[in-house]
Amino acid sequence: MKFGQPSTLPRWAQLSVLPVLNLLAALLVTGFVTWLIGEDPWECLQLLVSGAFGSGEGIGYTLFYTTGFIFTGLAVATAFHAGLFNIGGEGQAYLAGLGVTLVVLAFDHTLPPLVLVPLCILAAMGFGAAWAFIPGWLQAKRGSHIVVTTIMFNFIAYSLMLYLISHHLIEAGSQNPTTREFGQAAWIPALHQLAAGVGIALPNTPLNLTFIMALLACVLFYLLVWHSRWGFQLRTVGVNESAARYAGINVSKTIMLAMCISGALSGFAAINELLGSTHRMNVSFTNGVGFVGIAVALMGRNHPVGIILSALLFGGLTQGGLELSFEKPVITREMIIFIQGLIILFCGALENLFEPFIAGLFKRKEDK
Amino acid sequence: MTDFAIELAGISKRFGAVQANRDVTMHIAKGSIHGIIGENGAGKSTLMSILYGYYQADGGSIRVNGQEVRIRNSQEAIRLGIGMVHQHFMLVDTFTVLENIVLGAEGGLLLKQGMEQARAHLLQLNRDYSLEVDPDALVGELGVGLQQRVEILKALYRGADVLILDEPTAVLTPQEADHLFCILRALREQGKTVILITHKLREVMDITDAVTVMRAGTVVGNVRTAEVDKEKLADLMVGRKVSLKVDKAERLPGAAVLEVRDLNLTDARGVKLLDGLNFQVRAGEIVGIAGVSGNGQSELLEVLAGMVEPSSGEVRYHDQDLLLEKSSQPRAALYRQKGIAHVPEDRSREGLVKSFPMFENAILGYHNDKTISRRGLFSRQALLARTRDFIRQFDIRPDNAQLRVGLLSGGNQQKVVLAREIHANPDLLLIGQPTRGVDIGAIEFIHRRLVELRDAGKAILLVSVELEEILALSDRILVMAGGQISGEVAAKEADTLSLGLLMGGHKQ
Ligand SMILES: Nc1ncnc2c1ncn2[C@@H]1O[C@H](COP(=O)(O)OP(=O)(O)OP(=O)(O)O)[C@@H](O)[C@H]1O
Ligand SMILES: [Mg+2]
Repeated sequence: MKFGQPSTLPRWAQLSVLPVLNLLAALLVTGFVTWLIGEDPWECLQLLVSGAFGSGEGIGYTLFYTTGFIFTGLAVATAFHAGLFNIGGEGQAYLAGLGVTLVVLAFDHTLPPLVLVPLCILAAMGFGAAWAFIPGWLQAKRGSHIVVTTIMFNFIAYSLMLYLISHHLIEAGSQNPTTREFGQAAWIPALHQLAAGVGIALPNTPLNLTFIMALLACVLFYLLVWHSRWGFQLRTVGVNESAARYAGINVSKTIMLAMCISGALSGFAAINELLGSTHRMNVSFTNGVGFVGIAVALMGRNHPVGIILSALLFGGLTQGGLELSFEKPVITREMIIFIQGLIILFCGALENLFEPFIAGLFKRKEDK
Repeated sequence: MTDFAIELAGISKRFGAVQANRDVTMHIAKGSIHGIIGENGAGKSTLMSILYGYYQADGGSIRVNGQEVRIRNSQEAIRLGIGMVHQHFMLVDTFTVLENIVLGAEGGLLLKQGMEQARAHLLQLNRDYSLEVDPDALVGELGVGLQQRVEILKALYRGADVLILDEPTAVLTPQEADHLFCILRALREQGKTVILITHKLREVMDITDAVTVMRAGTVVGNVRTAEVDKEKLADLMVGRKVSLKVDKAERLPGAAVLEVRDLNLTDARGVKLLDGLNFQVRAGEIVGIAGVSGNGQSELLEVLAGMVEPSSGEVRYHDQDLLLEKSSQPRAALYRQKGIAHVPEDRSREGLVKSFPMFENAILGYHNDKTISRRGLFSRQALLARTRDFIRQFDIRPDNAQLRVGLLSGGNQQKVVLAREIHANPDLLLIGQPTRGVDIGAIEFIHRRLVELRDAGKAILLVSVELEEILALSDRILVMAGGQISGEVAAKEADTLSLGLLMGGHKQ
């Protein structure tokens, strides 16, 4: 298919057949590489899938990872609808972690959970938003390209956090670059604890209430982007700035606000990790969640349903991959990242690889 | 027996529910200029896109020079000697004319050698068809008319024997259009075949040898131009009598709605785009601004619509100076709220968001209306109802409010913008090129709507490069040249000749 030509495929096929084929292609290449390094691809695939979805525990972990990816995916999508490519989700989540930590370290022995947790969430959103606002402002007012500035801001965030954690926030007497453990008041309840409260037994996993927030965020995102006045302005700015000016939309304000919301959404990834799972902050807590968000948004076509599905895919891959590398030492973490890369390549960059072929099939069917 | 360059037989194409072409058959004689006319959405562009390989027909066959062919993409079309001049030019602004023309046909590994040959070839073409294009000019700095000629050059350079032009004159001044026609005649003399889509019957009569009339996807007539007249063509096209004259009663205008005093606009390089403008538009009056395009008309509209800040001067609206108003929202939004509506000259860049469905375009600029949202969310019902209203009133086709606006034909896109701005019931309507790319039936309708608005006591400022349109609609005519108003004429006393002199910059 040539660029700019409308696809002749029906929409449902564009949204279902193509992604599935792309995914299969990525798996095929992965299988080939697995075979090259002397492992049985089929067995590895089984281990991967059962690691991610084969047990209650696996599912819990998968959904835990999914939560973070949904948020960073939504973050990238928000900016994307305003025509901005926000690469800085990683740094924004990082800084959000700082906000959370500062609040927790100051108040976790004085404030009750019902006050402290919302305060932490606000801090995460605020810090994430602020870190995204600066590139947004630079783009809107000074024309500095957002891709460049957000990448730079990831580096700055990383160095800043490294410095702060190892020099100021580090637990007294600790050898590891991590803060002290947060007080219980700052812990977001895990779903298995809540379920136990009503008498349902779930396996013990870090899956926590943030997951519910992620689903709510998807609904809100949908309403905001496609049904609200603000979303209308956002999308108008994103696809046609001249039309936005003509329509009396404040373009630079919209750009800055979009970045702030994007950053605030990334901030929730920190909430999920710090308050939901580790209960302390260490140097590498973001662990690429912001970057995976780019792939999630790309694959999910910036739509919440797509984002949930692709976040689930990457969540499963993360969890299943960990299980797999546990079973098969040859398959390292790098190998898992390699698979992720292939999926991004096939589903993102080469998304229309099979389009002409499938379109041909459809055509023949119609002709009959 | 005549030789045919192109024979289309039984071509059909459907997009979802819309049958854009139905069993279209036409023969285009070699070395002729063949016109295609038809209402907006009749399927002219679609048919040409099929011929140029953009779309695949669902059925039917194409013969080029008597040979049956399948054209799967535009490279194949080019190889068969078919060239197309797009309405939206596909040129690289930062390249020179020569570079643009060579682009994609560089020939050889070393650029330099290819360039030399290309230059020679290009100069030859330039001479043969009196194109008058400077090969070393930057494309971005050329006007629309010249850019179009670069497109023609590009097609010829690639060896086109058949040249398709889709509404080429819609963006041209009358002078530029005349020049274009000289070029087309020269092409015909050299044995090239030209297919010309246009809405202007005068052009059809002037230059074509044969005409195909399309309606609702089908061919309703194949005629030799010499055997018909404008009225007959209009009849065939619309299927009813069209009045090409506007009925307009004498009417006394009311108080001034808009008054501009000493308005100046200087660009970053210090060029005066608007130079000391003074004029009024009163209630119940249509003031037409005539002029060769690029003499400040576009800038004037943008200043009055609040999209561009003037350097100095006053813009008084209902006796308030708009430029002194303070507001947290952008000017364009504020002005619109106060009852100034704006149909921009460039509808596809400014007036519409092509990837949005019709119902979202129906509220562009009016998205803050209280009546269409509830608690911050749009009421889909209200949007759809409003859009269906537009569709009914303006006969927008196809009548599908959910369709992406970019998929509408050019004329129907224009109707969406017009419907939206007229719906706002403005006190002052700023309107640029209202009938660009619109079919004659719709022109009649739009002109009637504008006169109705005037009769309802609205003030209308009309900018158009079509002198006929200005003459037909205006109560008063201002002529702009070089950013200044070079003269004012009452419509009754105006004629093409005196206006032409003023447009050339001769002051009264
Ligand atoms: N890709 C598409 N998808 C759906 N509908 C389309 C598409 N392209 C064209 N159409 C529809 O096909 C019909 C014919 O459109 P076309 O652009 O060929 O008209 P036209 O004769 O060129 O009109 P105009 O004079 O306004 O330019 C229109 O109803 C249009 O909305
Ligand atoms: Mg057309």
